[in-house]
Amino acid sequence: MIAELGLAALWMAAALAALQLLAGALALTPGGSSLAGVVRPAAVVQGVLAALAFLALLVVFCQTDLSVKLVALNSHSAKPFIYKLAGAWGNHEGSMLLWVTVMGLAGGFVALVERRLPERTMLATLAGQAFVSLGFYAFLLISSNPFERLFPAPPEGQGLNPLLQDLGLAFHPPTLYIGYVGLSVAFSFAIGALVTREVGPAFARAMRPWVLGAWIFLTLGITAGSYWAYYELGWGGWWFWDPVENASLMPWLAATAVLHSAGGPAARNAPRARTIMLGGVALSMSMGGTLLVRPGLPTSGHAFARRPARGRLLPGLLAIYIGGALTLFAVRAGTVTEGERFSLTSREAALVFNNVMLTSILGIVLIGTLYPLLTEAFGEKVSVGPPYFNPVSAIFAVPMLIVLAIGPLLRWRRDRFGRIARMLIVPAVLTIGTAVGLALASGIALLPLLGMALAAGLAVASLLPLRGRDLRRMPLPVWGMVLAHFGVAVALFGMGSESAFSTEKLVAARAGEVVEVGPWSVRLAGVDPVAGPNWTALEATMEARYRGAAPHVIHPQSRSFWAPPQQTSESALLTRWNGQLYAVLGDEAEDGRWQLRLWWKPFVPLIWLGGVLIGLGGLLALLGRVASDLRRVIARDKIAWRRERQGR
Amino acid sequence: MAVKAKHQRLVLVVIALVAILGAGALAAWALRSQASYFYVPSEIAAKPPEPDRAVRLGGMVERGSLKTEADGVTIAFVVGDGKARVPVRFKGITPSLFVEGSGVVAEGRMGADGTFNADNLLAKHDERYVPREMKDMTAAQARETVKETQ
Repeated sequence: MIAELGLAALWMAAALAALQLLAGALALTPGGSSLAGVVRPAAVVQGVLAALAFLALLVVFCQTDLSVKLVALNSHSAKPFIYKLAGAWGNHEGSMLLWVTVMGLAGGFVALVERRLPERTMLATLAGQAFVSLGFYAFLLISSNPFERLFPAPPEGQGLNPLLQDLGLAFHPPTLYIGYVGLSVAFSFAIGALVTREVGPAFARAMRPWVLGAWIFLTLGITAGSYWAYYELGWGGWWFWDPVENASLMPWLAATAVLHSAGGPAARNAPRARTIMLGGVALSMSMGGTLLVRPGLPTSGHAFARRPARGRLLPGLLAIYIGGALTLFAVRAGTVTEGERFSLTSREAALVFNNVMLTSILGIVLIGTLYPLLTEAFGEKVSVGPPYFNPVSAIFAVPMLIVLAIGPLLRWRRDRFGRIARMLIVPAVLTIGTAVGLALASGIALLPLLGMALAAGLAVASLLPLRGRDLRRMPLPVWGMVLAHFGVAVALFGMGSESAFSTEKLVAARAGEVVEVGPWSVRLAGVDPVAGPNWTALEATMEARYRGAAPHVIHPQSRSFWAPPQQTSESALLTRWNGQLYAVLGDEAEDGRWQLRLWWKPFVPLIWLGGVLIGLGGLLALLGRVASDLRRVIARDKIAWRRERQGR
Repeated sequence: MAVKAKHQRLVLVVIALVAILGAGALAAWALRSQASYFYVPSEIAAKPPEPDRAVRLGGMVERGSLKTEADGVTIAFVVGDGKARVPVRFKGITPSLFVEGSGVVAEGRMGADGTFNADNLLAKHDERYVPREMKDMTAAQARETVKETQ
């Protein structure tokens, strides 16, 4: 019953999206203005209905209603409650439903709140939003109905992949989806502005918070996903250049470029053509990302084949959206005002450089991700990994990071390099000093060396925009920029250090034996069986001493889930300020010894700390923008009130 | 300044295009040398990859071939596809579903002695999660092996 209600809500939401699109489009034509009043309410109700459909899915998952096919395939009655919930979006159909739900709610929110834009632009925006949603509704209802019934109902479900039964992964996909959807809203604003030829300051102000918000969610989502892969897979790596990871990285790269081209006083008055262009790229990448992740077109380094049958409709949708957006852009690009001139040493030039480098890196990641697909069409199976991605993207990342240190110090429009050269002495000396020191100290590979050297310089350079300014009166967005750029340095240092200084020990040890790894000595006290709600496990007890200090006890596990029957290894982590000890328990050898894998990874937590700082920087900027928007509204009201009083 | 805004825009577009095309060309060149190709044992027997080239080897772990060395963490086994056999060495913790008679994809390099040195093993997980290469292989090349080893 609940499944049917959900399906009905989904159909009605789709119908409302169609109405929203038609009414919005007709209202723009001469004589159609009577329909304008329909559009905003349609958007709101559509959002509510989509949310109801998603709620219905949550309910059938909570009840483990096995007569619903999706539940039978992805859930199990003995699963902990939180993973029953998470199972609702831990699969293709459910995650697509989550996507349209978030999108519907965002559209409804825009329809309720956004009053700054000209009404015609707003109509076109909401029609554009409905156009995108409609495709996803069609996709859900035609080829991936999440509420499909199964008759007869099986006695028990197949369970959720145990790798996904983890808190990190329960919240990582929704975070990314909110990011993707935020980009789609920004994109709809761009469509609306292009259609009505209103690409002006009001449009820029309306679009920017959505880009910024989406970017914050993407940043945090990617950071969380990376940490999940690090501790849950038990391989000790934090980024595998897996297609699924790349699918989240590419929209982030595009969104970062949009963010940097939409900032600044010039863009505030007249958004540039490339901002809109990049907005289109960002949305294409996030929809392409869903396409990559879900119906399993390419294969991931984790190399799980997924059911490929339904991969056909989504590429079609994608082609329509990207093609349509590009055509609209080509037709209307002329109406976008040109930016003012700027000299080669200016903030604008640095931002253009940032955009070009980010786009290049995006192209490199895209080509590397799609290449295995292309060759497979010709019968050749290849996989592309770090030996391609790391050096090739570094060729563009390194110049970008150097300009990242310099750019924020430059003035808008026109500046002299001589003015800031003295400020840059300290970071430059730090970078070169670190590089020389590391090169002399040990045989570190080039990339980690460059990474750590640049990180050292960048950490200082990122703080320089604060120099000589009244810190109490500094606008929040500037704080945000400084924090985010500092976060880049922090993450970069962690990456370099992890890659250069990690030490690994792989041994078979008896209970009581001591293993040395880096500065740690780890004693295997014993291995005992333990049980959880839907698994049993072998759990090792280890006493880890850092340079002879008091021992910390850690418990890596090797878990056996029974639905589906699968083993996972639960690594144990011990975090200190200067790094992490990472322990994995393997199999028992025939002679009673246990396989142990231990890593000492100096400064590895900085990678994710940096990611969080970058996200927080975005949050500060967003708060600053929202606050200044609010102040503007309040000031306008005050003026209006005073005028009214004087007029009396 | 004689440069008009329009001209500057044009110059920017050209520079951006050059950079992005350069990135594309660089990517294409790097892919030719860095992509790792997938082999089955009979392909390795016919035309082995260059010794230091990263490749992936897929096949069935032959029954009775799996041995653990004295250090307790290095294993040696033979991967076959019914036509040819390749000895493999791997140091590490094996994936849970890695057993004799089941499929495996090994990432690594061919050694000069004809042994494949694997850095990583991907095993068949269950009916729904299968390494991509193995899906085809079980259908095409390795059917005989499956019969043989069952």
